[in-house]
Amino acid sequence: MVNGVKIQVENLNFYYGITQALFDINMKIPERMVTALIGPSGCGKSTFLRTLNRMNDTIDGTRLEGDILIDGNSIYGGDIDVVKLRKQVGMVFQKSNPFPKSIFDNVAYGPRLHGTKGKSDLAEIVEKSLIRAGLWEEVRDRLEKNAMDLSGGQQQRLCIARALAVGPEILLMDEPASALDPKSTTRIEDLIAELRKNYTIVIVTHNMQQAARVSDFTAFFYEGNLVEFGDTKTIFTKPLKKQTEDYITGRFG
Amino acid sequence: MNRNFIEKAIIWIIRGVTYFIVFVIGYIIFDIIIHGLPAINWEFLTGFPRRSGAEGGILPAIVGTLALVIGTIIVALPLGMASAIYLSEYARQGRLTRMIRLAIVTLAGVPSIVFGLFGLGLFVLFFGFGASIIAGSLTLACMILPIIIVSSEEALKAVPQSLRDGSLALGATKWETIFKNVLPYSLSGMLTGSILGIGRAAGETAPILLTVAAFFLPKLPNSVFDQVMALPYHLYILATQHPQADKILPMQYGTALVLITLVLGINLLAIILRIKVRRKYRW
Repeated sequence: MVNGVKIQVENLNFYYGITQALFDINMKIPERMVTALIGPSGCGKSTFLRTLNRMNDTIDGTRLEGDILIDGNSIYGGDIDVVKLRKQVGMVFQKSNPFPKSIFDNVAYGPRLHGTKGKSDLAEIVEKSLIRAGLWEEVRDRLEKNAMDLSGGQQQRLCIARALAVGPEILLMDEPASALDPKSTTRIEDLIAELRKNYTIVIVTHNMQQAARVSDFTAFFYEGNLVEFGDTKTIFTKPLKKQTEDYITGRFG
Repeated sequence: MNRNFIEKAIIWIIRGVTYFIVFVIGYIIFDIIIHGLPAINWEFLTGFPRRSGAEGGILPAIVGTLALVIGTIIVALPLGMASAIYLSEYARQGRLTRMIRLAIVTLAGVPSIVFGLFGLGLFVLFFGFGASIIAGSLTLACMILPIIIVSSEEALKAVPQSLRDGSLALGATKWETIFKNVLPYSLSGMLTGSILGIGRAAGETAPILLTVAAFFLPKLPNSVFDQVMALPYHLYILATQHPQADKILPMQYGTALVLITLVLGINLLAIILRIKVRRKYRW
């Protein structure tokens, strides 16, 4: 049941100044599936994730070689509009970062940027996004309340709703549940399982069980190299490389 | 035992020094109020000075200082905030940025009389503004620019990077991110620091001495190219240059009280603003 390729990574090298962080990465990320990126801290998985929506552009002194294609189109070509790219590729961060505005304004922030003005149009997008993020029932009566008053798990789901509101096709998640309690984590994982029907999801996680639970494919990164990439079942039961086996069995990392 | 004694002694020394400072400030304010209050009346606040300021009111000096404060705000606030936004949000951390910062710190350390001479040379003479509100405001603006830039930059830096990232990741451009998701949270902090700078500008004598302040000018200005009287300079004149300086103490105290009320009032505004902001935004 392999879908088409959504993201194709070709000979990707990435540098912070003179330090090379990613070495010759090649990868085909399938459409409407969950791909988990695992590996020890500092292995480059978060850096890799941020190359997919060009968030590394905001850091001074970074350099990239190779190419990344989304739907067959280069996202590092000269005439690429980063704004359009980030509209297509949403991102959820490790530490939930709701804006200190109302719940409504948080979700409406993206659509407003991209030109949705009408109040009823916005209200519709906000409701739809909150429903998709599984937060609607909890906040429908207090959309005007400050988002900072929500619990940690709710804040993270709000950030997911905010990302969904601009209508992305791809969702990048950087350890979205690492700061949450087990119950909130379960909710996020259920949500990922639900979202995978409509979105291509790439998720960085430190948690092996989580990778095994939520993902269809798993990529193991080590010291800036993509060591192994395959369907999650194979990676966790019959990894090809010894390094992968050592890591998932907890022998290092 | 011995260490306990030292511990206690140090606490008492620190406490004593703090109380002493409060006492000095309190004494100054108390003294000015006690002696200045009897001089304050309607004529003093709204009348024109007579006999070189020995009689009458100080309206031209009040209006002059207010005009200078407003002029300084108009010039310094946009410049300072724009510089702070550039330094905090756009500038790459390289040699050029380090030099700019060094220049700002140096500017903050320049004695105010040097600003006065600079303003005399550039604005009064070279630009040909003459001794005028515009020359004085520009000079004061140069002096408080470092305060505004540094405090505004701190206010911008206090906004977590994660809020910028969150906005950029939604497809906002850099300016949209700054305008919609950084400035709204830092604006009050930027204003707080700036107001403190403006309070300082209101009380300065040296920069206006050579660029705007009139010795005795019992009329109100008609344009920004007019010379005006100003409270700090008027006070200096009454206290040291007046032929009957020791006989017009109430006028001096009254002027001092008005000036100190104005400056403390401006600072109070900053404090109120800071408290309000703290309640509004949390992250």
